[in-house]
Amino acid sequence: MSHALQDQRPQASRSAAPTSLTRGGLPRWAPAGIAVLSIALGSGIGLAFGLQSEIQWGLIAALLFLAITYTASAVIENRRQAKDRIATSVVWVSFVLAVIPLLSLIWTTVSRGVEVLTGDFLTHSMNGVTSFDEGGGVYHALLGTIEQIALATLIAAPIGLLTAVYLVEYGKGSLAKAVTFFVDVMTGIPSIVAGLFILTTWNLMLGFGPSGFAGAMALSILMMPVVVRSTEEMLKLVPNELREAALALGVPKWRVILKVVLPTAIGGISTGLMLAVARIAGETAPIMLLVFGSQLINGNPFEGAQSSLPLYIWEQYKVGSDASYDRAWAAALVLIAFVMILNLVARGIARWKAPKTGR
Amino acid sequence: MASTTPTQIDTAPPVAKSGRSTGRAGDKIFAGLSKGSGILLLVIMASIAAFLTYRATIALSENEGNFLTTFDWNASANPPVFGIAVLLFGTVVSSVIAMAIAVPIAVGIALFISHYAPRRLAAPIAYVVDLLAAVPSIIYGIWGALFLVPQLNGLNLWLDEYLGWTYVFDKTQVGVARSLFTVGILLAIMILPIVTSVSREVFLQVPRMNEEAALALGATRWEVIRMSVLPFGRSGVISASMLGLGRALGETMAVATVLSPSFLISGHILNPGGGTFAQNIAAKFDEANEFGRDALIASGLVLFLLTLLVNGAARLIIARRKDFSGANA
Repeated sequence: MSHALQDQRPQASRSAAPTSLTRGGLPRWAPAGIAVLSIALGSGIGLAFGLQSEIQWGLIAALLFLAITYTASAVIENRRQAKDRIATSVVWVSFVLAVIPLLSLIWTTVSRGVEVLTGDFLTHSMNGVTSFDEGGGVYHALLGTIEQIALATLIAAPIGLLTAVYLVEYGKGSLAKAVTFFVDVMTGIPSIVAGLFILTTWNLMLGFGPSGFAGAMALSILMMPVVVRSTEEMLKLVPNELREAALALGVPKWRVILKVVLPTAIGGISTGLMLAVARIAGETAPIMLLVFGSQLINGNPFEGAQSSLPLYIWEQYKVGSDASYDRAWAAALVLIAFVMILNLVARGIARWKAPKTGR
Repeated sequence: MASTTPTQIDTAPPVAKSGRSTGRAGDKIFAGLSKGSGILLLVIMASIAAFLTYRATIALSENEGNFLTTFDWNASANPPVFGIAVLLFGTVVSSVIAMAIAVPIAVGIALFISHYAPRRLAAPIAYVVDLLAAVPSIIYGIWGALFLVPQLNGLNLWLDEYLGWTYVFDKTQVGVARSLFTVGILLAIMILPIVTSVSREVFLQVPRMNEEAALALGATRWEVIRMSVLPFGRSGVISASMLGLGRALGETMAVATVLSPSFLISGHILNPGGGTFAQNIAAKFDEANEFGRDALIASGLVLFLLTLLVNGAARLIIARRKDFSGANA
């Protein structure tokens, strides 16, 4: 049962076979030492051969690390140990490989973004700013993003919540199975397809022009399955005893759900909602098809083109001047900060309000 | 609220077995509402397929080229000529590259979190990997285009020089690395989190007894993983990869920012050029007339069916595994 015990078992049985208990073993600091050595060698080779990119240096260092570890362990210990060590190294290397792009991305965004990010940038639109001028701001885009997200949440949250309630509290038989399956499949719908769907129905069929609301509808399609999944998980965690106790007192089922089940799971549900909001906040493709983008402040999401943060980044990137790249990075910083703060707060709530699961 | 049934229920409690109160109006309304939203979701899915198909048939009936084999996209021209051959090729190739890079690394990270990392670090590390999923795709796009592309120039030259004989890595055109290969690397980073988190869940479900039995036989940690963890988790990893594939197929903005599109099919993946379904829609939408939009919708329909197929298969594999495993019974 205890973890420490299992770890020692194999070692004890293995070291019983050789004559000496201390025979053949790399010292504890060996992995760290080899890591330092191979990074030094990797940079050295990179410099010597004039390779410009640090990515190559890193790759060479990683390969050297694996090679040195294997040889050292095969020589000093044995083949099985060597294989074990190389597996450990590969696992560590793959973790490092995943963290590097995340750090690089955040570092690039922050360092490029803060150059332009000022109070002015947040409170002004692009009205009258030509693409090659410096200045301008994201106020119109920020406003658009917030309105579109709010509308999308207003549509998706009730439908998502009710569907989850159906699946957990009422759902039986083939309908519930079908809903579960298609909710899962729906999480994989490409955002651009959701955009095309609203385009065919709302714009081409019913003849409405581009508006923030059209974008919000596409976003709500992307948001619904996420809300359903997370709410479903949370409702399943609510102990059955609570439901039974309330039902035994003669409370009708719908009041049990509204007054007992949902309040118990409210922490997890709000976390799920915030994560869903964070997911759609960065969607560009449907906005591009349906909201169209605008340089001006348009506070009315039901009429006329609007802008949004991701769309603004895309527009500024496409212009391709130095000033517009700066604006794109600054807007990216605003967007990433928005999404990350939502994420952190959501997970904070989840930890704080988590129902006890006994694990 | 009041109806004839409440009296029934008032007298019922001593006899009734459970707390079900089928006759109350509130219950009926609430049950109906929640069932209705469930059905609404199914209706949305069905109508996505129906409406896209309807517009697509309009486009296909006017197409002068062959939808499957034409290497061109002039849907707004008169007569319209367009085909998805290049897009299908580019979508599949970039996704396959992404899978080839992401799946081994993701399995590594999942093993790291489930079996290698110190207990206290495992949760924060899982969180950091999940953060990768929270970054909006447009930011991946500009990071890829403005930071990764220049960084990869060196690697591309090196691949061309030493692996050029493989044909695939032969770089025949000069130019920056706005190629399908770069797109594949970027997509790999973007699908890492989903593949990692699903694989991690599966690895954590491996029955403790299997691992302990292997340890008791004197297996090293790697042998435990190879003998008990990987066989148990294989189908989970496969479906995780397919979920990742679904994401990679439909990614729009990251591809649209990084790739410099062209309507050519080339096996030299380091050459700039090519295109994907989603990228083509994003790039051609602004200049498309009404008919051009229908053509783009037709290509969107193909993408929708492709992701539907991949995601559905992935979910079926996961669901089948659930019944057999017994670990989460």
